Amino acid sequence: MKYAESTKGVLDKTKCYHCGETNYRLVRFDNKDFCCEGCKLVYELLSENNLCTYYSLNQTPGNTQKSAYSGKYFYLDNADIKNALLSFSDETQARITFYIPKMHCSSCIWLLENLHKLNTGVISARVNFLKKEVVITFLNKELKLSSLVELLADIGYEPLINLNDLENKKVLPNNKQRIIKIGVAGFCFGNIMMMSFPEYFSVGNFYDRADLKTFFGVLNLFLSIPVFFYSASEFFISAFKSIRNKYLNIDAPIAISILVIFIRSLYEIISGTGVGYLDSMTGIVFFMLIGRYFQDKTYETLSFERDYKSYFPVAVTVIKDKKEISLPVTKLKRGDRIIIRNSEIVPADSILVSESTHIDYSFVTGESKPVKKYAGELIYAGGKQLDGAIQLDTEKEVSQSYLTGLWNNDKESNTKKKESQNFVLKINKYFVFSLLIVALSALLFWVFMGDSSRGLNAVTSVLIIACPCALLLSATFTNGNMLRIFGRNKFYIKNAAVIESLTNIDTIVFDKTGTITHGSSVKFVGKELSEEEIRMAVSLAFNSSHPLSRKIYENNPEVKKLTVADFKEIKGQGIKGVINNKSVMMGSAHFITGHNTDKGSTSSKVFLSIENVIYGFYSIDSFYRKGILPITNELKKEYDIQLLSGDNNAETETLKQIFDNESDLHFNQQPEEKLQFIKSLQNKGHKVIMIGDGLNDAGALMQSDAGIAVSDDTNNFSPSCDAILDGSSFEKLKLFLDFAKSGKKIIVASFILSLIYNVIGLSFAVQGTLSPVIAAILMPISSISIVLLTTISSSLIAKSKGL
Amino acid sequence: MSVLFILIGASIIVALGFLIAFIWSVRSGQYEDDYTPAVRILFENEMESNKNKDTITNK
Repeated sequence: MKYAESTKGVLDKTKCYHCGETNYRLVRFDNKDFCCEGCKLVYELLSENNLCTYYSLNQTPGNTQKSAYSGKYFYLDNADIKNALLSFSDETQARITFYIPKMHCSSCIWLLENLHKLNTGVISARVNFLKKEVVITFLNKELKLSSLVELLADIGYEPLINLNDLENKKVLPNNKQRIIKIGVAGFCFGNIMMMSFPEYFSVGNFYDRADLKTFFGVLNLFLSIPVFFYSASEFFISAFKSIRNKYLNIDAPIAISILVIFIRSLYEIISGTGVGYLDSMTGIVFFMLIGRYFQDKTYETLSFERDYKSYFPVAVTVIKDKKEISLPVTKLKRGDRIIIRNSEIVPADSILVSESTHIDYSFVTGESKPVKKYAGELIYAGGKQLDGAIQLDTEKEVSQSYLTGLWNNDKESNTKKKESQNFVLKINKYFVFSLLIVALSALLFWVFMGDSSRGLNAVTSVLIIACPCALLLSATFTNGNMLRIFGRNKFYIKNAAVIESLTNIDTIVFDKTGTITHGSSVKFVGKELSEEEIRMAVSLAFNSSHPLSRKIYENNPEVKKLTVADFKEIKGQGIKGVINNKSVMMGSAHFITGHNTDKGSTSSKVFLSIENVIYGFYSIDSFYRKGILPITNELKKEYDIQLLSGDNNAETETLKQIFDNESDLHFNQQPEEKLQFIKSLQNKGHKVIMIGDGLNDAGALMQSDAGIAVSDDTNNFSPSCDAILDGSSFEKLKLFLDFAKSGKKIIVASFILSLIYNVIGLSFAVQGTLSPVIAAILMPISSISIVLLTTISSSLIAKSKGL
Repeated sequence: MSVLFILIGASIIVALGFLIAFIWSVRSGQYEDDYTPAVRILFENEMESNKNKDTITNK
C-alpha cells in the first residue's frame, strides 16, 4: 500500500504517545500524538487522575484500543455468572481474579495496582505479573462487575473470561505442599546428619555414654517421623496404587527401601543394638523430592490442557419475550434465539435466521476461506461470524455440538499413551528384579551357613543400599535440567515423559497455516493510489469472500468502506462493481489486463483497474516461517516429513520445494481426517510428531506420540498438546530433537555410574557388614555426584549445540 | 557432657523456629510470585517523590 507508506515517511517520528503505534491518522491532544481516539481517551483518563507515572516508567506502554459495542459485558451482572467468577463475596466486598493477556511491562503493573484511583469502588488490586493475573477487591454495591471489566477494557486491559472459568474453579496447585515437604525433609535430614556425626567418627568417649547414645537415637527417631509419614507420603501412595494395579512403578522400590530402613532403624534404636540408618532414609527422601520438584516444575502460565471451553464465550445474547438478555452459554437450550455480533464465535450448533452471513471456520477446520451461509442453514459451533449482528436459533446444546463431540472423541485416545514405553521404567524393572535375586541369594547363603540373623541383616542392607535413588535421580535431574534449557529457548514441554517420546520419532507431520506459514504480506505495486482509490479497492474486496480479497481488506482495517453497487463475482476471474459512479475491477491478470503475465512467481497477484485504467496489482505472499527451508532440509535427512493441511492446494508449487515429494502433501484435511492420518501412520509402526497450531489440529496433536503446538504468542492461543513451541524458535526444531537424544545418552551414562555405586554398596551389604557410616557416606556421594554429572553435562551439551 | 542434652535441645528448638517460619512463608504465598514484588517496591518510592514532578511535566 503505497499511500500509507509514503505518509508514514513524513510522520515517522511521531509514534502514538500511548501505545507506540505509528499510524497516519493521528489525533493531537495535550501536545502529544495519539494513533486513535481510544488511546487519547485513555491518556485523558489517566492524566485527570494524576496517573501519568504510567508513561514515565516505560515508553508507550499502552495497548491499542479497539472499539467494542457498549453492553458487551452486561452478561457479567447475571447472578450465576457472577457467582461462578467471584472467588469471594460478602455483603459489601467481593474479590475476583482476572487473567489479562495484554499485561506486558512494569507500567502495566503500576497502572493496574492504582486502579483504585480511577474508580472509588475498587478497594485494591494486586498483580501477579508472571501469571498475568490481577486480583481485584471491590465494593460489591458501588461497582458492578460489568463496570469493573469495562473500566479495565477502557484502559486497555481487557480480561480474558471464558467458559472454562465458569465451569470449574481453579484447583490450588499442590506446589506449596511439595515445597513444605522438601523443607521438612531437609530440616530433619540436616539435624539427623548432625546428630549422627559422633557415630560416624566415634568422637571421644561417645560410646562410653550410653545415655547420650540413646538420647541421639531417640531424637533421630522423632525427627524421622515427620519425614516418614509426611514428606515420603507421596511415594507410599503412588507405590501402593501401582502394586494394587499389579505392576511396579518407579516409586515402588523407593517406598520399599524407605519402609525397610525405617523398620530396621526403629528396631535397632529401641533394642539398643545400633543407631539405624535414619540419616540415609531422610537423605533419600530429601534428594528424591528435590529431584521431583525440578522435574515437575512446569510452566505455570502455560496451559497444555486447553479445550474448546477456553475459546468459547461465557455468555451469549438471547432474545426472550422481545428483550435481549445475556445468558451463560451453558444454560443455552434448544430453540433459543441468539444474537451473534461481528467476530463473535457461534457457541452452539444453530440454524441461521438472518438472511445471510459469512462464517469463518478456520478455528475448527483450518480452511481459511470463509463460508457464505443463507437463512435456514445449519451453522456449527466454533465458527466465527464475520458480518454484522445475526440471529440464530439454537439447534443443540453447547455440550452436544459438533466441535464439542470431536473433543470428547479425542480424550479417550489420549489416556492410553505414554508411561508404558518409559525407558527408566524398563530399566527399573530389571533393577528391582535383580535386586530381589541378590537379596534372596544373600539370605539363602547365610541361612545355609547357619547364621540366619546375619542373613536378615544382609537382606535389609541390600534393600537399603540398593535403593534406586541414584538411578532415579539421574533421570529426574537430567530431564529437569533439559526442560529448563528447552524453556529458555522457548520450547515449553509439558513433562519429562515428552522428552523421551521426542527421542524415538521417525516421522514429522506439519500443519500448514500458522505452522509453516506465518501471516501474509500485501503490497501494492504500480501507480501510487490516492486515499479514495484505496478505499475503492478495499471496499470492493470486502464484498468478496475470496481468500485473496480477504487478505487485502484485512491488511487495511482502518479504511472506511464505501458502498458498492452492481457487485459481481466472476468465479476464477475476479470481482467488479461500481463505486462513486466509477467502475472498479479487481482480479487475475487475464481478467484485468487481458493477457497472462509472468507465471513463475510464487506470490499471488490481484490486479486493479478503475474506469478501465490499470493501476497495478496487489502482490500477496504467504510468509513462510524464517528458515523453513534449511530446517526441513535438515530434518529430511533423518525423518520422514509430511504436510497435513486443512487448506486447499493453491500453494502446491511452493510447498513442493519444501517437502520434495508431492505425495507427502495432503490437502483439504478435516480435523477428523487429520487424526485418522496420524493413527494410520502409527498403525504402520511409525512414531509421529505432529506440529500444528489450531483447534483443527487438536485431534491430531493428541493422537500423535508428541504433539507440538506452534504459537506466536504463548499466552494466547494453543490447543492442548505435549509441548508448545514459540514461533520464533521454529528454526531450532532440529536442535531440540538432537538435544533430546543426547539427553537419553546422559541418562544412560549416569545409570552406569550409579550401578557402580550400587555394586560397591552391595558388596558390603551381602556380607552383612554394612555399617551406617558406609551407608551414610555412599548415599550422599552417589546422589550428589549423579546430580552434578547430569546437570553439568546436559548444560554443556546444550551450550555446544548453541541452545 | 550433660550440658549436651540442654544444648542440643535448645538448638533443635531454635531450628524448629526457622522451620515454622519457612512453612509460614510458603503458606502465605511468598514463593508464588517472585517477580512482581521486586517491581512493586520500586513504584512506591517513585510515587511519593514523583507526585510534584508529575503535575509539572503533564501540564
